[in-house]
Amino acid sequence: MDRVIEQLPRFLSPLNLWFLAEAMGMTLALTFFGCGLGFLLAFIVVYMRLSPGWWGLPWRVLAILFVETFRRIPFLVITYLVLFFIAAFVKGASLVLVALTAISIYSTAYASEIIRGGFESVPRQQIEAATAMNFSRWQTLIKVIVPQSWPVILPPAVVFMVAFVKDTSLVSQIGVFELTFRGKELNNQGFSGLLVFGTVALLYFVMSYPLSRFGAWLEHRLAAPRHQKPERELR
Amino acid sequence: MPHLDIRNLSANYGRAPVLSGISLTVERGEVVSIVGPSGSGKSTLLRVLVGLTLPASGEVILDGDAVNYANKASLRQARDRMAIVFQQYNLFQNMDVLRNVTIAPVEIRRRPRSEVEATAVQILKRMGLGDKLKAYPDQLSGGQQQRVAIARALALKPEILLLDEVTSALDPELVNEVLDAIRALAAEGITLLIVSHEMNFVREVSSRMVFMDKGQVVEIGPPHDIIERPQTNRAREFFGKILRQRN
Repeated sequence: MDRVIEQLPRFLSPLNLWFLAEAMGMTLALTFFGCGLGFLLAFIVVYMRLSPGWWGLPWRVLAILFVETFRRIPFLVITYLVLFFIAAFVKGASLVLVALTAISIYSTAYASEIIRGGFESVPRQQIEAATAMNFSRWQTLIKVIVPQSWPVILPPAVVFMVAFVKDTSLVSQIGVFELTFRGKELNNQGFSGLLVFGTVALLYFVMSYPLSRFGAWLEHRLAAPRHQKPERELR
Repeated sequence: MPHLDIRNLSANYGRAPVLSGISLTVERGEVVSIVGPSGSGKSTLLRVLVGLTLPASGEVILDGDAVNYANKASLRQARDRMAIVFQQYNLFQNMDVLRNVTIAPVEIRRRPRSEVEATAVQILKRMGLGDKLKAYPDQLSGGQQQRVAIARALALKPEILLLDEVTSALDPELVNEVLDAIRALAAEGITLLIVSHEMNFVREVSSRMVFMDKGQVVEIGPPHDIIERPQTNRAREFFGKILRQRN
């Protein structure tokens, strides 16, 4: 403990603080862009999975295979797989890109289940009404299903993302300069592990707590009945 | 040539037959009611016509052209000519009344928005909903929602309007406002196919009545004859029960 107090002034040097801030930025960027891309791709995967008839069969199989496979592989293993897969084809690929790819693959698989659950919460009759009026599958999705299901999708999506802020620490294993990796580095420079990882822990909390509050607020707000929202203007 | 010609139409849910060899012709401007015990296939018949349930065999012929339900273009054409109103209204919950009524004509059929909106407002006013244009479905009573649903179907300018037990989900005091709206339509000469349990109402508005049981058409004729002098045991039993309930 004495060591912690003794090292504290040196540890909190502007340079170190800058390093930590930068590392936090990387952690958040990996989370937002990785999960953001993941959700976008998940949307496409779900669309594939819901394609009807015989023609849709290969799409459905592909989508289910993707989701069921990557949901059953630990994130760290996916990261290594992506790393070595890319390394086999490209020399000196950026580690950030590898991490982003791994995060996207993993979050696509998870987000697919969240989105599919949301879509399936829309009553079948809504879809039949659209179908009978000649809405195409895409038009039904965009005009009817998505607007009705995003209140169901968004809260668990935010929860997933908040959890992922923490899970990004795993990409430190391949050497991406995010928060946990910076912590290891500072630890290697001779700073007390307790001091370094105590700080890192605090910073993870600082990042994820507001996000989870935001998620809770969102859930509360989306649960409000429609007539309590401001009415839209007549076009 | 009949406007709508249904020939030997059959449909199954899984392996269970729900329609077995339905044949029925409807002339332009005619109001035909379909009655029968629940599970007799009345609603399925309407669903098959708009392709929500696929027929197993038989033909649906619109003005001489057979509808091919396996063919997208053909099905699209059929759906452009027939509109259906559901028992549970099925209004789009994420849209206000006006958008519910205008979305298909404007965004699917690409008719000019100004023209469609003018027509929609006119129809909604006639339905007594002129002050509800910006309301959302969950802010309306069942009767109001069902009138919006009818307005939505009418805005599509269908040649044939299919009404699937449109008053069955309504509280008794809300039934009449919907029936009045349908009465007005019948008087205007649109072709109507009405599945309903409102015996007095269909007796009054329809020119012909179809009695269905177990997926088959059992009797067709003027409503009075069918109700007062059913020829078959099945019809006698059905109407006997209903009349006993009324008295």
